[in-house]
Amino acid sequence: MNFSNVSTICPYCGCGCGMILQTIDQEIINTLPSKSNPINEGKLCIKGWNVHDFVVSSQRATQPLIRKDGDLKEVSWNEVLEYVAKELMRIKDQYGPDSIAFMSSAKCTNEENFLFQKLARAVVGTNNVDHCARL
Amino acid sequence: MAGLAAAFGSGAMTNSIAELEDTKCIFIIGSNTSEAHPLIATRILRAKEKGAKLIVADPRKIQIASYADCHVQQRLGSDVALINGMMNIILKEGWEDKEFISERTEGIDALREMVEKFTPEKVEAISGVKEQDLRKIAELYAKSEVSSIVYAMGITQHISGVDNVKSLANLAMMCGNMGKEGGGVNPLRGQNNVQGACDMGALPNVFPGYQKVGDEKVTEKFEKDWNVKLSRKPGLTITDMFPAIEEGRLKALYVLAENPMLSDPDLKHVKKALSALDLLIVQDLFLTETAQLAQVYLPGVSFAEKDGTFVNTERRVQRIRKVIEPLGESRSDLKIIQELSAKMGYPMEYEDPSQVQEEIARLTPSYGGITYSRIENDGLQWPCPNEDHPGTVYLHKDKFTRGLGLFHAVDYVPPDELPDEEYPLALTTGRIFAHFHTGTMTRKSSALNKEVEKGFLEINPKDANKLGILGGEKVKAISRRGEISIEVLLTERMDEGVVFLPFHFAESAANVITNPAFDPVAKIPEYKVCAVRIEKIDEKKEG
Repeated sequence: MNFSNVSTICPYCGCGCGMILQTIDQEIINTLPSKSNPINEGKLCIKGWNVHDFVVSSQRATQPLIRKDGDLKEVSWNEVLEYVAKELMRIKDQYGPDSIAFMSSAKCTNEENFLFQKLARAVVGTNNVDHCARL
Repeated sequence: MAGLAAAFGSGAMTNSIAELEDTKCIFIIGSNTSEAHPLIATRILRAKEKGAKLIVADPRKIQIASYADCHVQQRLGSDVALINGMMNIILKEGWEDKEFISERTEGIDALREMVEKFTPEKVEAISGVKEQDLRKIAELYAKSEVSSIVYAMGITQHISGVDNVKSLANLAMMCGNMGKEGGGVNPLRGQNNVQGACDMGALPNVFPGYQKVGDEKVTEKFEKDWNVKLSRKPGLTITDMFPAIEEGRLKALYVLAENPMLSDPDLKHVKKALSALDLLIVQDLFLTETAQLAQVYLPGVSFAEKDGTFVNTERRVQRIRKVIEPLGESRSDLKIIQELSAKMGYPMEYEDPSQVQEEIARLTPSYGGITYSRIENDGLQWPCPNEDHPGTVYLHKDKFTRGLGLFHAVDYVPPDELPDEEYPLALTTGRIFAHFHTGTMTRKSSALNKEVEKGFLEINPKDANKLGILGGEKVKAISRRGEISIEVLLTERMDEGVVFLPFHFAESAANVITNPAFDPVAKIPEYKVCAVRIEKIDEKKEG
């Protein structure tokens, strides 16, 4: 049996509370507040205490999908990425880079947001990138 | 953030969370702090225990208002009038910080002229706040040794959102509450990494670190580092994207972990637009309402399945760590973007997120000194320009980012849609303690669903009585855009004439009925006020 404690940050609001996720054999079993984090100093709110519930939710969709004949069908990573790359290039060639837009996410990490805007700006060639800070 | 950037030169929480605990006065406006930011509310309650004064301005009797020295219930969308009214009294009484105004700011004369018009009588007529209460909150804020302003979406989600923020900046500068410990103008960010998404240039007009698109020097720096030619033309905001789809200018949309089918205003419209795209790509954890319309779904991972950094509301860059391996076939979002980019002929080579952070530091001056080894434990608050810099606890210490702080003479503009005969009630929206945003995460939790399982509409018992509605009864809430059916909750939290709807619940989505009119600068929709009609559901007719 492999037991671990990993220190991380809560994914909900902007407080940025530190939390420890506890696992046994790759299964998250519990959430604890971090005592040393300068924001929450050993406390969490009700959402924070229950974080481990949504990660392991049975409703997670973990298979790449492409719509075929009206329905979303399971495909391989290689097929889905080839398809997206080809389609984005086709639309860029046909209608220009500004016909493509990117909606980034306030839930994703800095590194993901950075690469996503780099994908928009450097690879597609458009500044059509925004996220839902406004909403 | 546009309002703060205009006044001070940078748009972020000016001070830090821990400082709230030792300040002398806290003015909360448009933030349901104890439900939406509980661990910040804790600091505020500790401050209160240490003797600080607490002012709450909110149309609802929210929980934290019960601890306030003074709570005013301004009418929806009347914030500019309320704040101008406070400044009217402050200037008349001579409570302003004259030294700070003359040394650190510009533009006071135009502001003085504007706020002269906002006499207590006029403010009461617009906001419903009585002169004695207005006087009390003006005095508490201005005469405390140091006062902090705390606000959230109740200030920004209005057509006058930018004006509201500018007004708060005016108030803080007028009383010399900027650039010092325990003061400041402090927006509480609603999502874990909104600050980071902004910092990283997930915005149509700026590169990472708020470096302007179109600025030749900036653009050349990125072109050289990325070895590619870049567009100088600012892009579309989300609010502009939907009309662009309808006009046929936008053919493809790539949505990363967002659910505009629930979070955008005027959902019928959004659905029509998303369905009209040639290509909709959705990368998420769940088959959300938006993903169900997509041509392509890419399974990303949750925060527990990856390494990286989040930036909290006080600009603190903190490490998140991988706890478990990605579930099923899902892959880290970073890896998905890298592989896609390689297939499009532009390989992005990073072994792990720390190497992406190295590139961020190289290209973003305010992040220049942030490395994974330095944030192993506590995180660092930007600006942190070099590796010896300790990070910045509060901004604008001796000088504003823009030099002098700029006062803006801001006039009151009524909300886009006010109650009338046909739609006699004012509706506002917000969060509740047990759920988060569109509910994609919290509603998967059985413990949180036990707390609150479904949506409800808060209404004053007198209004309910007039309509012949009982508590728990299902009614129709109808606006000019659409209708939802929903159970009512009778509560004195609401003033007469105002109803409240939490926006976490897809089956009774608030944004079917909210008004998509938006602030002309920030492009934030006016979620916090629209006009509705409540109708009893005739059970015989409905069968």
